[in-house]
Amino acid sequence: MRVGAAIEISAPPEAVWEQISNPERYLHFFSGLTRWEVVGDQARGLGARYRMLIRVGSAEVGGLIELIEFDECRELAWTSVTGLDQRGRWRLRARPSHRTHVELRLSYGVAGAGLFGWLAERVAAPTVREHLKRTVQQLKRQVEQEQSRRRTAARRAARAGAA
Amino acid sequence: MAQTGIADRAARNGHAADEGGAGLAGRLLGGLARQVQQRIPAADLDERDPDYIRESLPRQWLLASLWFRGEVRGLGNIPESGPVLLVGNHSGGNMTPDTIVFTLAFYTYFGVERPFYQLAHNLVVSFPQLSFLRKFGTVAASPENSAKALQAGAALLVYPGGDRRSLARGLGLDRLFRLKVLPISLALPWGINVGDFLGHIPLPAKITVEALPPIDLREEFGQQPDLDEVYDHVMRLMQDTLDALAAERRLPVLG
Repeated sequence: MRVGAAIEISAPPEAVWEQISNPERYLHFFSGLTRWEVVGDQARGLGARYRMLIRVGSAEVGGLIELIEFDECRELAWTSVTGLDQRGRWRLRARPSHRTHVELRLSYGVAGAGLFGWLAERVAAPTVREHLKRTVQQLKRQVEQEQSRRRTAARRAARAGAA
Repeated sequence: MAQTGIADRAARNGHAADEGGAGLAGRLLGGLARQVQQRIPAADLDERDPDYIRESLPRQWLLASLWFRGEVRGLGNIPESGPVLLVGNHSGGNMTPDTIVFTLAFYTYFGVERPFYQLAHNLVVSFPQLSFLRKFGTVAASPENSAKALQAGAALLVYPGGDRRSLARGLGLDRLFRLKVLPISLALPWGINVGDFLGHIPLPAKITVEALPPIDLREEFGQQPDLDEVYDHVMRLMQDTLDALAAERRLPVLG
């Protein structure tokens, strides 16, 4: 089953990338997430592994994932190593006026689970879709607030310099 | 090994079911009990099948989420690795829906790769129709099987209890089948349900399970723990938590 959510953020791709490439930030904006822990020595970049769990219905589902694409400020993708079969992807595309189109996709399932697997994927879809929708909204809020905070700090610094 | 001791205490319902009752009824029950005893499979930890468990998780998830609205709290209290004895209680007769909710949560949280076994009553593991449970890691409740699983570094789930025995004892069931209680209930689709031998349709009650902080027996009870003291302590903790969980419920049956 594949679900996704997209949003326009009033900030350049670099500002969005700063958030989505940092494993320590995930619990702050990813809706439903209960764990996003670094596994191993590598915290970022291609090949980094995380243990992620997201609450859906009666269970926290997820497992060990590995980053398989890490194209700075454009694409970040992961696939599952253990646990639920899943592939996730962030797509960032620059838009005019320092804006960024952000898309989050997640496909999931359990290979070999048959009819019940098919059914469970569909029953879970509204919850997962809602999590993704809230995630991009929360990401937008965090990135834009951070941008605003930085602009204010820069203005203050400029005023202090002029005085 | 103190951990095994608790399982021992929990499973100390005895295996022997040689004789019981008197007369024709006694002989019939005795014969049936011997049949059951012969069908109890020897515990083979290798029968647990992670692929089978993984493929059955969606079915369990549907049942747990839609029918029971299951909720498992405190999984972070369970040690991440190594042998651990999980002591709990279950409701629902032979259907044990709370086990479905808990095993689902355990496997999605820790992964199906983590060895996890459940001790079950001899009757449960003897039913040919329930042989699939062995793929889930269900083994007959005995001190030997407990020790085997814990020594293999697995997590082991045990449901001790069942001490009201007047009717079961009167019928000789406690000696024949290790049944200390013969439950009589109102249940679908039977109406009056004696013993729950054929199972029943569980009502859609919300199931909440809470994993409590771990108890390090030697740290809390010394190098030679008094097993009765440990048993009472565990039972008290469980009862207090059950009372607190019961107090959260707002609607009869639905929870």
